[in-house]
Amino acid sequence: MRSHIREFDSSTLNESVQNTIMRDLKAVGKKFMHVLYPRKSNTLLRDWDLWGPLILCVTLALMLQRSSVDSEKDGGPQFAEVFVIVWFGAVTITLNSKLLGGNISFFQSLCVLGYCILPLTVAMLVCRLVLLAEQGPINFMVRLFVVIVMFTWSIVASTAFLADSQPPNRKALAIYPVFLFYFVISWMILTFTPQ
Amino acid sequence: MATTAAPAGGARSGAGPEWGGFEENIQGGGSAVIDMENMDDTSGSSFEDMGELHQRLREEEVDADAAAAEEEDGEFLGMKGFKGQLSRQVADQMWQAGKRQASRAFSLYANIDILRPYFDVEPAQVRSRLLESMIPIKMVNFPQKIAGELYGPLMLVFTLVAILLHGMKTSDTIIREGTLMGTAIGTCFGYWLGVSSFIYFLAYLCNAQITMLQMLALLGYGLFGHCIVLFITYNIHLHALFYLFWLLVGGLSTLRMVAVLVSRTVGPTQRLLLCGTLAALHMLFLLYLHFAYHKVVEGILDTLEGPNIPPMQRVPRDIPAALPAARLPATVLNATAKAVMDDGGTAQTTLKAVTEPGTCP
Repeated sequence: MRSHIREFDSSTLNESVQNTIMRDLKAVGKKFMHVLYPRKSNTLLRDWDLWGPLILCVTLALMLQRSSVDSEKDGGPQFAEVFVIVWFGAVTITLNSKLLGGNISFFQSLCVLGYCILPLTVAMLVCRLVLLAEQGPINFMVRLFVVIVMFTWSIVASTAFLADSQPPNRKALAIYPVFLFYFVISWMILTFTPQ
Repeated sequence: MATTAAPAGGARSGAGPEWGGFEENIQGGGSAVIDMENMDDTSGSSFEDMGELHQRLREEEVDADAAAAEEEDGEFLGMKGFKGQLSRQVADQMWQAGKRQASRAFSLYANIDILRPYFDVEPAQVRSRLLESMIPIKMVNFPQKIAGELYGPLMLVFTLVAILLHGMKTSDTIIREGTLMGTAIGTCFGYWLGVSSFIYFLAYLCNAQITMLQMLALLGYGLFGHCIVLFITYNIHLHALFYLFWLLVGGLSTLRMVAVLVSRTVGPTQRLLLCGTLAALHMLFLLYLHFAYHKVVEGILDTLEGPNIPPMQRVPRDIPAALPAARLPATVLNATAKAVMDDGGTAQTTLKAVTEPGTCP
């Protein structure tokens, strides 16, 4: 799932598995750093990969599962729901930005949107830890604050990467669906209560 | 522009067919702009050219692979002589047919350019159209203009989905077969596409001058009122407020759509049929969205003390100011949601039934 040219592929075929994994993990880690400290840069766009979004999506979907006994049915759809929302949401946003006249490729956009879920995954981790404490309005306010901060961070990060690929007068039209997308994910995180 | 073209044409004598076309255009008196476009064959900078180039390269690659594969297949199957020839021809024909279909499907799928004109909007246009969708225009003798764009309606449908999800989550709606997200998307997109098609069909019967795209755009922008009403009333749970907004805001956006349709239809019976149907469906949809996916405050309060209270017992009404959503147990359902679910199937046995006075409107 990397944007290699053909000749390079054959020379990496003979290296050890550890080398491949470490190289890919380093690339994913580097992109995580770029998302956490968003500056206008081309790294996420130049060598895009979908490992990061996959890891983040699976982590988020696993953490959003309910672990209750009497609503077993909720466990299944919850995982598939998150997966479907993330990937179809990303595809819809990509199609929308292409139709508005953006010059970004399909997988580059998927890559950026997937990587920018990282702050929300961190928010999910924090919320789960906070939920271990006693429930109450303060608990809720803390979680609300964390989710709002991370939601804003996601939007800022994705705007920093995606905005340049849009025609200048239509940036708002392209960013609005991104806002809706991260809003839905943040809402799923905020209203999650393990029973 | 034409003068600079001629020396360039002389230098590229090898490219015969393109220049022949150019000359024909000059003789036919075509405009200079079109001629320049015909000449632009090797710029490689336009999107369509690059697309064609890639397509051609890919096809050549696929042809080369296909030829190699055919040879290998022939040897592998070990068929020789006449039978081998026949089977090879059949395989060849099937391959060609399959390749043609696949490339046609690919060019159709990858060609999202057919939708591109409908997304050609500016933010100021979208803003003004949103505001206009709430203002009914009185002039019904002259067909009113409907903007045929799909960006605004699509974004409004997605916004409605998000608001619906918010409402369902805060009311702890339990969907048995399916997911919350699936239900929300199905409801909103189903309404937008289904009712648009139905009204378009009625418009065809009533001889109204409206196209499918215009109907989609009109109904899509009409959902703006729904979004506003639901956003406010999912957060402030007062029935009187909801009814007020339902009449005012819902009514305004319905009136706007009705006025546009009336201006495009001739004949009182047709107008009545078309506009009556649209008005009824639009207002009833808002009513449905509010009551099916929303929790009444009294319901929350009654069941707050929840599992410790034996069933069939009234709870004293002590109304706190605000309730965090996280405190609501998952099995809490109000009377409305229970009624909706009872239509569908069996009630949950673990549910602690609490009576409510039957004054819930």
